[in-house]
Amino acid sequence: MENEIIKKSIAEEYKYGFETKVAQDTFPPGLDEGVIRALSDIKGEPEWLLEWRLKAYHHWLNMKEPTWAKVHYPPIDYQSISYYSAPKKKTLNSLDEVDPEILDTYNKLGIPLDEQKMLAGVAVDAVFDSVSVATTFKDTLKKAGVIFCSFSEAVKDHPELVQKYLGSVVPYTDNFYATLNSAVFSDGSFVYIPKGVRCPMELSTYFRINAANTGQFERTLIVADEGSHVSYLEGCTAPMRDENQLHAAVVELVALGNAEIKYSTVQNWYPGDKEGKGGIYNFVTKRGACRGDKSKISWTQVETGSAITWKYPSCILQGNDSVGEFYSVALTNNFQQADTGTKMIHLGKNTKSTIISKGISAGKGQQTYRGEVKIMKSAENSRNFSQCDSILIGDECGAHTFPYIDVRNSTAQMEHEATTSNIGEDQLFYCNQRGISTEDAVSLIVNGFCKEVFKELPMEFAVEAQKLMEVSLEGAVG
Amino acid sequence: MLSIQNLHVQVEEKEILKGINLEVKPGELHVIMGRNGTGKSTLANVLAGRDKYTVPQGNITFNNESLLDKTPEDRACSGLFLSFQYPVAIPGVNNMYFLKAAVNAIRKSRGQDEMDAIDFLAMVREKLKEVALDESFIHRPVNDGFSGGEKKRNEILQMITLEPQLSILDETDSGLDIDALKIVAQGVNDYRSPERSFILITHYQRILNYMQPDFVHVLMNGKLVKSGTMELANELEEKGYSWIEKELTAAD
Repeated sequence: MENEIIKKSIAEEYKYGFETKVAQDTFPPGLDEGVIRALSDIKGEPEWLLEWRLKAYHHWLNMKEPTWAKVHYPPIDYQSISYYSAPKKKTLNSLDEVDPEILDTYNKLGIPLDEQKMLAGVAVDAVFDSVSVATTFKDTLKKAGVIFCSFSEAVKDHPELVQKYLGSVVPYTDNFYATLNSAVFSDGSFVYIPKGVRCPMELSTYFRINAANTGQFERTLIVADEGSHVSYLEGCTAPMRDENQLHAAVVELVALGNAEIKYSTVQNWYPGDKEGKGGIYNFVTKRGACRGDKSKISWTQVETGSAITWKYPSCILQGNDSVGEFYSVALTNNFQQADTGTKMIHLGKNTKSTIISKGISAGKGQQTYRGEVKIMKSAENSRNFSQCDSILIGDECGAHTFPYIDVRNSTAQMEHEATTSNIGEDQLFYCNQRGISTEDAVSLIVNGFCKEVFKELPMEFAVEAQKLMEVSLEGAVG
Repeated sequence: MLSIQNLHVQVEEKEILKGINLEVKPGELHVIMGRNGTGKSTLANVLAGRDKYTVPQGNITFNNESLLDKTPEDRACSGLFLSFQYPVAIPGVNNMYFLKAAVNAIRKSRGQDEMDAIDFLAMVREKLKEVALDESFIHRPVNDGFSGGEKKRNEILQMITLEPQLSILDETDSGLDIDALKIVAQGVNDYRSPERSFILITHYQRILNYMQPDFVHVLMNGKLVKSGTMELANELEEKGYSWIEKELTAAD
């Protein structure tokens, strides 16, 4: 039965697929030292940053694209990508200066960029292609001493902080995509929460790729000073295009003593059409360092978009009693491929990590959980709990699990649970017999499956994530 | 209300039911008894619309509409309920959330407004009392980790909440201890009315100590071979099924 139903499946329409007509300054495709110098020059960067970029670039030239992930795609021609694209009109001081077309785009996306409409109390930084166009609620944050601005502004206004922390968690030599990002990153967000401050509102960045043939290489750096607390949300969308587009971001988090960072992502980049044409290649490096004692970093991600996802938000638990968490829901439908998971590196004593990963595969989607838990010799009395569950819808998709566990201290406690199940005919029939249609039954069952992760999301995001799952699963069964 | 005419049913080319005829009128409680593997559950599943069965011959009408062309959810919305022999677990989905989705799907199909959470909770609290369950029960995941008795009581809870016209109870009594059996029987008895009908499928006469059936039928070799009243059930309890077999052979 499922077979027949799935064969009838219709791919969901991607509702964020529109393109904004706005004048853009775009570099011609290609990458060499000149492009990096020009990029750095446009942004008026200091010498040290240009040098850092160039070191990364030269390192990158000798690196090979990784092939260990369980994803397949034709070779990427890095010379056919444009490494910088920005809306023409210079914007920065206030929302009034933002191109109305761009504001209109964000309105369509439902981002409350307009401060008047901001009932939710979420401060937003919006990154359009390569540059950050507006950061709302600046004044309120300023009063609390919180710095929340575009990366470019941070380089200008807070160079000492940027210089101190940039590359301190993800060094420019880290991996192929992170190194490329280090050479060519164009903008992103920067957050600094001073000592003892609890950030008065959720901070949020919305990323949008608009221009064709451009890559998006943003960089986010969040530093939570001692005893501070911040919750940060990130959302992503892109227009529908037949070509694949590259997104190679880097996110670095630093939590000092007793600080807590909660980082939530709802990733809904264009996944490609139902034949597998187009879509974003999402090759992202995210890592957080719990540098101080009793610090905590929590990653929550809902990944429903992108043609290919390659992403492992990780925690380095350096401080004693520090805590790392990873909650993930990843959905692959049609021809989407995702290789995602986390790394928890335990260095400090009494460190604790939790991994909850929920994978949903439908259509011809392929999904891999890849995780590493490493307990180093110094990590006395460390604990990890991992749970990786997969659910399959139909018989043309796949789920794979690669958990690596490396324990070098015998006082460690490790727990690992994994399950794979089908949405069974029995479950669907049971729901149908109670009057619930097959489509509603699938979303009911999937939402139940994801509940442990959704409850980690901030309220507004949890609702959005549930809706997104429904849309992404449309036509997966029945 | 329900009319089954000359129903033949196959599973993977094997004929299970070989010409069933049954009329169920409003308010009636029919009992279908028979040994294991005689096709009792097949009949229940075909009525509910499970699609692994083929019907080469015969017809079923429910309230004068042909049932066989309808989807399982349409049948449910038109007032047909199946209490499952093996209720299915749905991990992570709150029992109340599930029940509310079902109530609202059925209400929607009737052109009624959806019930909000507050009204719904008030209604379910009343229903819970009828099956002697406390409120924590509806906050657990659907049938996940339920004991056998809890699963069956959950089916009855769903029945009295969804208020179907025709309830098919597929071995709702099996695996129950005597207390649970009484609760389930009481739930059904309280739910009986001149408009509501039941088909109770069972192995044992035991549950009939607590219910008053109008008709008792014996399913054997894919046919309803004998019909009667409560007395027939008592006779089966006493003598088993073999005497009917002998009668049939003699008749041939």
